[in-house]
Amino acid sequence: MSKKSYRQAINEALRLEMRRDPRVIIMGEDVAGGQGGTSGVVDAWGGVLGVTKGLYTEFGPERVLDTPITEASYIGAAAGAAATGLRPVAELMFVDFVGCCLDQIMNQAAKFRYMFGGKARTPLVIRAMFGAGFNAAAQHSQALYPLFTHIPGLKVVIPSSPYEAKGLLIEAIRDDDPVIFLEHKVMYDDEEDVPDESYTIPFGEANLTREGDDVTIVAFGRMVKLANEAADKLERQGISCTVIDPRTTSPLDRDTILDCVADTGRLVIVDESSPRCNMAADVSALVAEEAFDALKAPIRRVIPPHTPVPFASVLEALYLPDAAKIEAAVKAVMNHKVTEAA
Amino acid sequence: MQIARETLLRSYRAMRTIRDFEERLHVEFATGEIPGFVHLYCGEEASGVGVCANLTDNDTISSTHRGHGHCIAKGVEVSGMMAEIYGKSTGVCRGKGGSMHIADLSRGMLGANGIVGGGPPLMCGAALSHKLLKDGGVAVAFYGDGASNEGSTLESLNLATVWKLPVVFVVEDNGYGEATGSSFAVAGTQKARAEGFGMPYMECDGSDFFAVYQTAGEAIAHARAGNGPVMLHVHLARWYGHFEGDAMTYRAAGEVAEAKRDHDCLELFRKKVTEAGLLEHSELDAIDEAVRDEIESSVIAAKAAPLPGPADLLADVYVRY
Repeated sequence: MSKKSYRQAINEALRLEMRRDPRVIIMGEDVAGGQGGTSGVVDAWGGVLGVTKGLYTEFGPERVLDTPITEASYIGAAAGAAATGLRPVAELMFVDFVGCCLDQIMNQAAKFRYMFGGKARTPLVIRAMFGAGFNAAAQHSQALYPLFTHIPGLKVVIPSSPYEAKGLLIEAIRDDDPVIFLEHKVMYDDEEDVPDESYTIPFGEANLTREGDDVTIVAFGRMVKLANEAADKLERQGISCTVIDPRTTSPLDRDTILDCVADTGRLVIVDESSPRCNMAADVSALVAEEAFDALKAPIRRVIPPHTPVPFASVLEALYLPDAAKIEAAVKAVMNHKVTEAA
Repeated sequence: MQIARETLLRSYRAMRTIRDFEERLHVEFATGEIPGFVHLYCGEEASGVGVCANLTDNDTISSTHRGHGHCIAKGVEVSGMMAEIYGKSTGVCRGKGGSMHIADLSRGMLGANGIVGGGPPLMCGAALSHKLLKDGGVAVAFYGDGASNEGSTLESLNLATVWKLPVVFVVEDNGYGEATGSSFAVAGTQKARAEGFGMPYMECDGSDFFAVYQTAGEAIAHARAGNGPVMLHVHLARWYGHFEGDAMTYRAAGEVAEAKRDHDCLELFRKKVTEAGLLEHSELDAIDEAVRDEIESSVIAAKAAPLPGPADLLADVYVRY
């Protein structure tokens, strides 16, 4: 056990799985970096943010494959390789680039098993970074997990901390279905204690990062941290919250969400993806349908506006959920007065 | 060119099976009993069969929306295909894929594909598996002149060259992408495209089984030997519409009739092998009769087969969920 960053935790998960199983390969734009350059340095980058640094040196060019900047062909190649005996981990860099290769994910990899009558296995992991907070603007900041969650056949993982990232990525690589693994780009330098050895965290099992009596907060990805910050502050004001990190949006741990709402009777959902048809909407529908009688107040969603992610820091801050907005939403549900029918 | 007698018989049977399968679907589709839509491969049989006669179950292919021929050529079982097209639970995909998604991974058939340009990236991946697992296999991407313009296809030509993959890109050029002629929609030439990516280009007459068999054999041998990808451009004529029900108002009167009269791959095959004394008419007639029976019984069985049930709706989305 030692302090590790989110970046190191992901790198370690890849390294351990590549040592364990020779069929695990990684591919993507500049996952090594430097091939064809004039310095002769390969492994120059190790991924655009250094997440795969050192893997080329250990595993060589057959298992750490730099690609041209052609997402449709290499994401498709990863799907084809997965269906024929390898276990590829393809890096899409920014998840926004899925616009260049969605067919290969949505119509090919996700569909093989069902469409072929249960005969295909596609043990594919697509890693990508997502999220706002980096002044990366509209084409490099989206939180597109609802898009993938919408597609049957995909599993969608959103690790909320270094510990979560390592265990969930090892699980993803060992999984026999296509998995979209989304890393929040603002979290790469976050640190916490992470075991040195291999471990897995199962999909579809939410993590309760704290338990309280008054309000249930469901938060996704980086929002889990912000929800806990808000909950700390609320605790001092006498309001106790449960914070649920679902870990995976597909599969979704419906039971844990419903059990917690049954206990607290109040629900706040924190989701940094665009508000229409996002996870907050999905969880709201679930609770409205399955736990209506438990609710003491309307469900509140802490979500961005229906706009592209803006560039300027002041606008980006306005756009994103934060601890203060979460705190305000929790207070709003606590203060809700039931109006009796006349 | 020396071709084993066994290969000749097997190839003729495969071509005849495709022809009869498709002609029968043409008739059956008109009755309204077949759900969805179908795209027929009649006239193009020698291409799929000539290429696949150089492959084994260890090699992988991807196909297109016009995929029945490639499936049969790669050894997918006919009655399972017919049942699939009828949407029955005995279908090769248990009635959940249909005409455009027939696949049999045990035969190295990674699917017909409803998306134009869907296959070439997948075959880069299959080729990568063959290369890294060192199993000696090659991957073959069948696609049409229409798909040859897709970005995914052009990206795949680049990736396959950059990674030096054992993949053969087979452009089945029937002159039409749906209802639009390739003379309108394809800029430049397939040859210049292959050369632009630095890969060998080969072409052949797709109505001549022997030309396809030999040229594809060279292309596949090149890829299998680790020399990187090849493009094989096969010139063809499509006998039916883009889909069944297409009145083909975009084609000149007589175009299809001429193709049938002068470029019927089955007739050309029969003429060649009998004149050369390689096979007897009676042997070919026996195959024709056996295939007729096989198709007939596959249709009878498909019609009688059980439909999928409610449990099938929810099954096999995931390995585990």
